[in-house]
Amino acid sequence: MTKKQKRTVHVIIKEVALIVITIIMLLPILLSITMSFETPSEVFTYPPRIFPNTLYFGNYVNAFNSIKLGRLLINTIIMSVIIVAGKTVFGILAGYAFANFKFKGSSLLFALLFVTIFMPAEMIMIVPLYKLMVSLHWINTYWALTIPFIASATSVFLMRQYFLTIPKELEDAAKIDGAGSIKYLTKILIPLSKTMIGSVIVINFVYAWNFYLWPLVVINSNSMQTAQIGLQMLMTTGATRNWGIITAGTIIVLAPVLILFFAVQNLFVQGIVTTGLKE
Amino acid sequence: MSLYKVSPFGTSSRFVGFENFLQLFQSGRFLQSVYTTLIFVVVTVGIGLVLSFFLAMLLNDKIPGIGIFRTLIFSPYAVSPAVAGVLWAFLLSPLSGYVSYLFLIFFKVQPQWLTTYPLALIAVMIATIWQNIGFNVIFFLAGLQSIPKSYYEAATIDGANSVGKLFNITIPLLSPITFFLIIMNISSSVFYSFAAIDVMTEGGPSNTTTTMMYEVYREGFFYFNNGAASSESVILILIMAFFTYLYFKFGQKAVHYQ
Repeated sequence: MTKKQKRTVHVIIKEVALIVITIIMLLPILLSITMSFETPSEVFTYPPRIFPNTLYFGNYVNAFNSIKLGRLLINTIIMSVIIVAGKTVFGILAGYAFANFKFKGSSLLFALLFVTIFMPAEMIMIVPLYKLMVSLHWINTYWALTIPFIASATSVFLMRQYFLTIPKELEDAAKIDGAGSIKYLTKILIPLSKTMIGSVIVINFVYAWNFYLWPLVVINSNSMQTAQIGLQMLMTTGATRNWGIITAGTIIVLAPVLILFFAVQNLFVQGIVTTGLKE
Repeated sequence: MSLYKVSPFGTSSRFVGFENFLQLFQSGRFLQSVYTTLIFVVVTVGIGLVLSFFLAMLLNDKIPGIGIFRTLIFSPYAVSPAVAGVLWAFLLSPLSGYVSYLFLIFFKVQPQWLTTYPLALIAVMIATIWQNIGFNVIFFLAGLQSIPKSYYEAATIDGANSVGKLFNITIPLLSPITFFLIIMNISSSVFYSFAAIDVMTEGGPSNTTTTMMYEVYREGFFYFNNGAASSESVILILIMAFFTYLYFKFGQKAVHYQ
């Protein structure tokens, strides 16, 4: 075999392997889509089908009716938008501070911040944080869902790393032209960091949309709850699990974040490749 | 708070020193949750990273359609632990589940995945590993692409085979990314797997899927035992702090810069 033929065989084997692996990886989502379109009688037929016979939308309608899924989605959108906006703005500001200014205790402060990336506050401090919400009378409010999370170490870290890659000469040049620190940030740094800011927005949106334990604890009214908890409600409503309705609800909750991810995935991965890896 | 005994509605509390901690170590349930967490973390992080590494190797090649494969294999990143839990609970369910059906055909058994030990724990582990793959592959692939091609060319000239290149170039150069992923995966297995457990098994059967985080939640918000929940949180923080310390001490040293 020539070198070229060898390469062709190699490519074909890889293509086949990748197709098989990708399908296996996505099977949980694909088979749930199938199930979500099955009629109530088909849901319980055996053996389970690979492709749906009909496109039955009843499960989607039922998912919205059996729990207040519409309301839960609106709550989740409000919560996610506030959290994403907060984390992104504070990430840019604090990242700028850590990257461009030396102040007393800055490295200690940064180390402390870095540790919290591995230890989410809403998890390790759940009891005291909950008590705080109770004494603020924030239980069952958007305040509890958003205010404790409007800043995060991950965003600060990523923004700082990116700002560090931008040449110092730019700052000096801007200063000579009479631009202050704020003007340098808004007119030069932010426009140059669009890719990274995009990545930070995606990371935070995925994080906020997928929030679980905290809403479970601070929200106890069904109409203030978030969509992820809605899934647990769908799992526990009714004596037997109706997988048609459950999978339909799951697809609805998954779709927005999955579509966003597909749409901006190139940009997002680039952001990680160019900055996330540099120390 | 871990040093206080608090009445269920938080109306009164008194200082009890380390009594809460002593009680934890005497209660079988807490020790069981530590043990479950340990197994859970070792298995999910170990298998998850090995699988992700090989997937990233497969994806690090310029062949037609690679962009589409990458996008699709990254996609579990967007899936929440709760969604992953529901999807796998569905696949493994005895009545309509595809995995259960395959078991019936091939092994003539239909295991009760979510209600028997140790299958319930395995089921939650599968969901967690699957959900983490997207994140891990993104970072491994980013790491692989930052390795200069010239290193491999030089090794080929020196007569190294592909296994030699894997162990002498790829794995050492990926060590910073691997350390980072290990700590991120530990954190995700310890904390964020909570949602998958909650939708799949609610900690059962007989507490065999109750991890430390689930135990904290149960003590604090089910039994309203704030003192005990806080003590458990403190132990969890100490364990995580220890891992973070290891990361800074060894992770940074073992890093191979070019």
